[in-house]
Amino acid sequence: MDLRFTEEEVAFRKEVRDFIRQNLPARTRERLRLGYSPTKQDIVDWQRILNKKGWATYKWPKAYGGTDWSPTQRMIFQEENQINHAPEVNGFNITMIGPVIIQFGTPEQKAHILPRAANLEDWWCQGFSEPGSGSDLASLKTAAKRVGDDYIVNGQKIWTSTAHHADWCFALVRTDPNARKPQEGISFLLIDMKTPGITVRPIISIDNSHHLNEVFFDDVKVPVANRVYEENKGWDVAKFLLGNERTGIARLGKSMERINYAQELARDVRQNGKPLIEDAGFRQRVAKLQVQAKALELTQLRVVAKAAGNSDGKPDPFSSVLKIKGTELLQDTAELVMDIAGPLAMPDWAKELDLLNRESGDNEPLIGPEWAGYAAPPYLMLRAASIYGGTNEIQKNILNKAILRL
Amino acid sequence: MDFELTEDQRLLNDSVSRLLADRYAFDARRGYIKSAQGWSQEMWEKYAELGLLGLPFPEEYGGFGGGAVDIMMVMEAFGRSLVVEPFLATVVLGGSAIKYAGNEAQKGEILPQIVDGSLKLGWAHGEQQARYDLTDVLTTATKDGSGWVLEGAKSVVLHGDCADMLVVSARTGGDRMDKEGLTLFLVPANTPGVARRGYAMRDGTRAAEISLSTVKLGPEAVLGTVGDAYGIIERVTQAGIAAFAAETVGACEAAHTMTLDYLRTRVQFGRPIGTNQVLQHKAADMLIEVEQARSMAMLAAMMVDEEDAAERTRNISMAKVGVGQSGRFVTQNSVQLHGGIGMTEEYAVGHYFRRVMVFEHSWGDSAYHLGLLADQVG
Amino acid sequence: MELRFTEEEIAFRQEVRAFIRGNLPAKTLERMRLGYPPTKSDVVTWQRILNKKGWATYKWPQEYGGQAWSPTMRMIFQDENMLAHAPEVNSFNITMIGPVLIQFGTPEQKERFIAPTANLDIWWCQGFSEPGSGSDLASLKTSAVLDGDHYVVNGQKIWTSTAHHADWIFALVRTNPQARKPQEGISFLLIDMKTPGITVRPIISIDGSHHFNEVFFDDVRVPVTQRVYEENKGWDVAKFLLGNERTGIARLGKSMARLEDIRELSPHLRNHGAPLLDDKLQRERVASLEIRAKALEITQLRVVAKMMQQSDGKPDPFSSLLKIKGGELGQDTSELIMDAVGPLAMPQWAKELDLLNRESGENEPPIGPDYAGFAAGPYLMHRASSIAGGTTEIQKNILNKAVLRL
Repeated sequence: MDLRFTEEEVAFRKEVRDFIRQNLPARTRERLRLGYSPTKQDIVDWQRILNKKGWATYKWPKAYGGTDWSPTQRMIFQEENQINHAPEVNGFNITMIGPVIIQFGTPEQKAHILPRAANLEDWWCQGFSEPGSGSDLASLKTAAKRVGDDYIVNGQKIWTSTAHHADWCFALVRTDPNARKPQEGISFLLIDMKTPGITVRPIISIDNSHHLNEVFFDDVKVPVANRVYEENKGWDVAKFLLGNERTGIARLGKSMERINYAQELARDVRQNGKPLIEDAGFRQRVAKLQVQAKALELTQLRVVAKAAGNSDGKPDPFSSVLKIKGTELLQDTAELVMDIAGPLAMPDWAKELDLLNRESGDNEPLIGPEWAGYAAPPYLMLRAASIYGGTNEIQKNILNKAILRL
Repeated sequence: MDFELTEDQRLLNDSVSRLLADRYAFDARRGYIKSAQGWSQEMWEKYAELGLLGLPFPEEYGGFGGGAVDIMMVMEAFGRSLVVEPFLATVVLGGSAIKYAGNEAQKGEILPQIVDGSLKLGWAHGEQQARYDLTDVLTTATKDGSGWVLEGAKSVVLHGDCADMLVVSARTGGDRMDKEGLTLFLVPANTPGVARRGYAMRDGTRAAEISLSTVKLGPEAVLGTVGDAYGIIERVTQAGIAAFAAETVGACEAAHTMTLDYLRTRVQFGRPIGTNQVLQHKAADMLIEVEQARSMAMLAAMMVDEEDAAERTRNISMAKVGVGQSGRFVTQNSVQLHGGIGMTEEYAVGHYFRRVMVFEHSWGDSAYHLGLLADQVG
Repeated sequence: MELRFTEEEIAFRQEVRAFIRGNLPAKTLERMRLGYPPTKSDVVTWQRILNKKGWATYKWPQEYGGQAWSPTMRMIFQDENMLAHAPEVNSFNITMIGPVLIQFGTPEQKERFIAPTANLDIWWCQGFSEPGSGSDLASLKTSAVLDGDHYVVNGQKIWTSTAHHADWIFALVRTNPQARKPQEGISFLLIDMKTPGITVRPIISIDGSHHFNEVFFDDVRVPVTQRVYEENKGWDVAKFLLGNERTGIARLGKSMARLEDIRELSPHLRNHGAPLLDDKLQRERVASLEIRAKALEITQLRVVAKMMQQSDGKPDPFSSLLKIKGGELGQDTSELIMDAVGPLAMPQWAKELDLLNRESGENEPPIGPDYAGFAAGPYLMHRASSIAGGTTEIQKNILNKAVLRL
């Protein structure tokens, strides 16, 4: 056992870091450093830069444009992206639909979809959750009726992230309402968002941002050729997708980056006439978060090492530990940054501060220091981190079922 | 020891609750926020009619002669309904400043106008560099004949955009962090040199940045004693903390109630999610924290009128920490137990969550007050 | 609403404080201050002193020797006892069997037991829990079969505190195994611990102390006249007993006393070359516990005030809140003391330090400073605070059933 990185791994980290520093657009970097969400353009630009280098699809098999990086290298790559304020690639494209098509797609589907997904020519979104089907996903009701060479889709999806940006949606639909078990009547369809009958309604989040949507399907025609895998076997596809490569789930680099950022800020903020960074209570809070991040880093390395050892492709139930602790750390580090800003984080200044607007020639002077203007939204938005992708309560149920067996 | 409400208090509580039940449904509130000024003039007049705007002021000025417990009750009700009118700014903060520091002429002129709803006040003390330090004031007031000239800027002034009159703190002496040398001034908002930029807060209430450049005031603008305002600033802040703490308790209580309703009605895997013991225990933890926060808000209310400054300061800090920590716990978990719907702008629980967040970041968060208390241990 | 104490209440507090200072034996005070559990003789001596004053049975109705104190005064009395390091009176006698006999006892039972119970001439213990019946008490199996004018008792009790000190035990036994519901076949018996067939086996706790026991009943003959209330109605008695006066349940005074102790200990405990409480983080820890104690104090007063208004005698479900938060505070304040003492709290010195042993003329000098010898004991023993008397989890179930109704 050796918990240190090898020389090769250290060199790899440096290569990745240098590449990001040299190629990440300055505006994107600044926006992310201040806590803004990346714009659609930020993500598209960065994913294409990575794709040109062959790194956007590093998780895919080599035959499909992937790399043969070890799990540790993958982890290093993700961490360096997050620490250096690079946007994450579009996860719907890279982690979800890409691997699904590689595993289950027809040759035609592979040829058409994969290169466009890799280069973010098509922006994908995920149509899984429904108003009545959250944690209990298999109870979904959106219906697809076979008529000739088409399915006619009717129903509603909800919590659809970036549906308003998306060109395509991969969706779970019910093709057999009379199946013995709810899981057995579900199919996996690829739906062009420009198809008539699709309506996207924004859901504004508590940070005042537009990230989530409802998507309504009203007699939407989907060619049978756009079904992935067999009819009524969509649940297998969904299980594969949800279990696929979950080591990135902790988003640890992001938390580490926030801890560093918080220390930077705390040098400039004063409390009781001294820099906040000199306050013992504050320092202890930072130290506690660093300890948690270190523990999670090592746990993540252990999970990664195990994944390297067994290739049965089954998801490791321990990834639920990574999800729970990773999202808690994301929430706590965002809270730390907000607490540093204090009262200056409370005004809803985001619009006025928006770097995009400033670029567009807005003349009004800024209100308050710009780093404070976006200190609260990540705190608000990250409350969702312990909800989406299986709530942390559901993750604990998974741990119980797979490991504790109580 | 007596937790009983008086007959008057019970009546007041009933009438406030009834008014808010009738006029402050979540959709109605959304409408008030969307209006140009961001709150409801009509509701403001209703509060005046009910006597709420005169609650803490002596009867000789048209007030109700009530105390901190009356304010606590009203604020709890306001917290349950997420009221956005400038009550805290005008009645609690501005009103306390006048009550504690005003001379007879100032009280006689200003308090009756607060009571009848015609005058709104803003408490313009905080500054961008100050964070939570009450002594960190850079705004200056220099003598100009018999009068004064103000120069500086005030930050996150609650409802500062709609205030008719601002209570402004400024340095007439001393250095940046000194307790000595602070003076309060009454500044009509339309005084030349006062510029305001209003904005919405994260919870939908209003606030403003205020700049003061060569603001000329007469000698009658001084509120209290020149150079000796720190004690008043502390008391006003403490009255604000006590009132806002009660509002936070109301918000937590409502968020908890909503969460219980959701746990009873949301069905997954064929049964209400509230049948899961793990969620029941989380809801029990939240109940405990709501009640502990209520106890601490009561402590704060009781201490507002305590004359022993050290005892008052210590207990208000304790209440701020207790309510702040319980509030974070209750509202964060309210969002969590709601799942996706809790994350949305159109659902009330996220608004309770943000109101409590604003409480936590007003006049010192839990960590700040814990630090102050720690300095007294030993 | 008035949260301040009245002048009468303040005067009462002074009176109680003065009495304890004037009458608590010095040895007892010293032992309790150092964190030792009181000896049997400490408890007996103190309870008799209080009983002479009429204060041991203050909770009882006045005609049975009780006091007409308000709930607030009761709370003050309890807090002052704990703050002054006085032992608690034997609660099996005072809070449990006394009120039970007053409520349900026959004139003969009252005549025989009440006076010696008050004066601790009889030491009672409680025979409720069994190996298979913890949280689910009604499933108890110890049987009592009627044989003439005696019951013949067979079975086993466990977690029986101070059974090794006890003269008598009050026990729940099953008299009708065929009852429709398990609660309906239980009776409440008073059993002389000297009866043939009773065996007491010690259970040593994780702090090395002997507090708990197993009690075995092997054909133990108990006169029918020692049954309290009707046959098969013992569950009603148990419910009355468990719901009876629970305001003292938070044991807040004890926690507050520890927060005073830490200030006394501070100069002896060096941290970075300075007294412990020169460290801001240590002070924050103390302040944070004091805030929790303050919140609990007010909540307790609120519960007490509510009880003053309603006299239906039903237990307030909020006493579960007091138990949960009071138990946590006991755990966390004892942890504070142990952590403050640090490595010196780790040796098993209790025996050697025992003041009783030293008084008995043992010549060996004690090892280490006297404050360190029992610093870990309360921490270890307090783990039981969230287990005994209904676990914290069960208390939350009670809150759910009575208040949340999920």
